[in-house]
Amino acid sequence: MRSILPVLTVLAIIVAIWQLAVAPMNIRTALDMAERGGAVVEPEGGRARLEVSSWRLMIDNPEHVAAGYSLDRPRLPTPAQVGEELWKGTGKMIERGRAWSKRSLIYHGWITLQSTLWGFALGTTLGLLGAVAIVYSRVVDMSLMPWAIISQTIPIVALAPMIIVLSGQLGIEDRIVPKAIISAYLCYFPVLVGMVKGLRSPGAHQLDLLHTYSATGLQGFLKLRVPASLPYLFTSLKIGIAAALVGTIVGELPTGAISGLGARILIGDQFGTPLAIWAALFAAAILAGVLVTLIDITQRIVLRSMGMQT
Amino acid sequence: MDASSSANDAAKWRSGTLLSGEDELASRKGGWRYTAPAKPAAPAPTVHVAVAADTPATGEGTAMAPVGAQEADAAEKDAVPLPPAVIEASALDLTFQTNDGPVHALKDVSLTIRKGDFVSFIGPSGCGKTTFLRSVAALEQPTGGTLTVNGMTPDEARRARAYGYVFQAAGLYPWRTIARNIQLPLEIMGYSRAERRTRTEDVLKLVELDGFANKYPWQLSGGMQQRASIARALAFDADILLMDEPFGALDEIVRDHLNEQLLKLWDRTGKTIGFVTHSIPEAVYLSTHIVVMSPRPGRITDVIESPLPRERPLDIRDTPEFLALAHRVREGLRAGHAYDD
Ligand SMILES: Nc1ncnc2c1ncn2[C@@H]1O[C@H](COP(=O)(O)OP(=O)(O)OP(=O)(O)O)[C@@H](O)[C@H]1O
Ligand SMILES: [Mg+2]
Repeated sequence: MRSILPVLTVLAIIVAIWQLAVAPMNIRTALDMAERGGAVVEPEGGRARLEVSSWRLMIDNPEHVAAGYSLDRPRLPTPAQVGEELWKGTGKMIERGRAWSKRSLIYHGWITLQSTLWGFALGTTLGLLGAVAIVYSRVVDMSLMPWAIISQTIPIVALAPMIIVLSGQLGIEDRIVPKAIISAYLCYFPVLVGMVKGLRSPGAHQLDLLHTYSATGLQGFLKLRVPASLPYLFTSLKIGIAAALVGTIVGELPTGAISGLGARILIGDQFGTPLAIWAALFAAAILAGVLVTLIDITQRIVLRSMGMQT
Repeated sequence: MDASSSANDAAKWRSGTLLSGEDELASRKGGWRYTAPAKPAAPAPTVHVAVAADTPATGEGTAMAPVGAQEADAAEKDAVPLPPAVIEASALDLTFQTNDGPVHALKDVSLTIRKGDFVSFIGPSGCGKTTFLRSVAALEQPTGGTLTVNGMTPDEARRARAYGYVFQAAGLYPWRTIARNIQLPLEIMGYSRAERRTRTEDVLKLVELDGFANKYPWQLSGGMQQRASIARALAFDADILLMDEPFGALDEIVRDHLNEQLLKLWDRTGKTIGFVTHSIPEAVYLSTHIVVMSPRPGRITDVIESPLPRERPLDIRDTPEFLALAHRVREGLRAGHAYDD
């Protein structure tokens, strides 16, 4: 609980900077709106104002700065506005019994969460199998590892539409499949790398010791390599689930998607509703935070039960 | 290991150890003489005697026995047979192929370790002590010569659970309690749950760690961890204990205490122990035989049989016999070094 204070301090600083940044970010829009409403601003005309810096505009029109904090379509919404929009999409929806409506962030979050979890399961499985193969076979190590690294250098935004189109052509109707594949594509790598390191973490003398017991390969795997790799596994899983979430959202961005947090971001962009974009972004961030925290708690419980200090 | 063998009088045991091509050393060892390898006169030839007769196959082998053993030789003719040989190396060679060319870690090493012996290996860093012990444990593959453990190849002996190995680092699994660490070899070897429990309790008592069964390794001091690792090596009751600088990282006082405990344990169990150390007092205090080695290439320069009694209180280290023995070991180490220059 002692760690809560620094966390809150950092959070407060971020919110404060954000709150301050709203003024310069929104001053142009605020002046546009004011001018349209008949007020006199300095300089006149949006064109002329493009030549002037935000700071200058704020100094010359101090009475309009406050208006930047209550715009309908702000460039940068205030923390309060985002919070309100989030609440509209979640708590209020529940209050009105419409948690599963198309306008509810809970519904879209659930869609995103589903394919994130599928992608995470798939990616983790692939990563684990790959790591075991790499650790036990030099040939696989030399042939698979370079491809694994290359796979991560390809920008996922370029790959995602291809995967979606391809799975459509293969007759896969359910949108969740390509999204989960993209998720898994991002998620398997940290698991693979972390587990290769983890499974290799036992030192030579620990392997020698098992050898003096004439232990079989399977015994060595189960009694030494697997437990030794668990701390690495949990670290990898935390990175992996965040990557899986990013993968799903990227998979929801290309045209055609109508549900999921990624789709909300896209629609918010197309319809010029920045508040919707920000709310969806925060919903995704909160979802990621919850998922990582869940894995972190599992890690603590498991490692503590194994006597390891966490 | 049965109790009778541990009751044998150590003084009646003869080294039977072979030393090859080290004639230069002979002059240095005042109180020592080389004798021709003892012919198996009496008693009726047992395995080890037959082997002792065969071994100087290289033609240059000479057996060495302390002067004090002369009477023992005489006595032996009447009664006590030599304990059987447990570890026998003859003309052992081991060369590591490294990127910087071959490293001759062991050259022409011949040594017989008999049942119930406590043999210390001492010598400067890199002289092949670890390599020899690892060869016995089938962790290294010799490139020449023969090596048998209980009459089997090291690999077969390992599968027959002939030895327990204690590494310099305790190497306990941090995710297992002390008791479960000790059970590790037992689990692997397929002992029943009940058997595992009783054996664990027994060896924990043996190393005086009862009461720490459910602690994790990080909750124990370094000396206690090392004791736990010895208990782990004892758990499956192998006749041979191979220990590579087990107390190397511990302070003098803890070390003294553990040495005392180890001697008691050896006395009680009658195990055969191969023990690598850098400490002359430790080697002299513990051993029935001290093998002095020298590097580049790693070889045995001297094998000293201890005239000290089996019963050894810590203050035996202040007796003239002890100091004389320590002096001899030091001389042997110097002689080995002189080879390099
Ligand atoms: N796996 C290996 N590969 C190559 N060379 C090795 C290997 N193991 C040991 N050596 C070399 O063999 C020689 C003997 O090494 P060894 O570890 O047996 O010495 P040691 O007597 O145990 O030394 P120390 O007292 O420092 O432990 C050294 O020169 C060492 O560099
Ligand atoms: Mg060594």
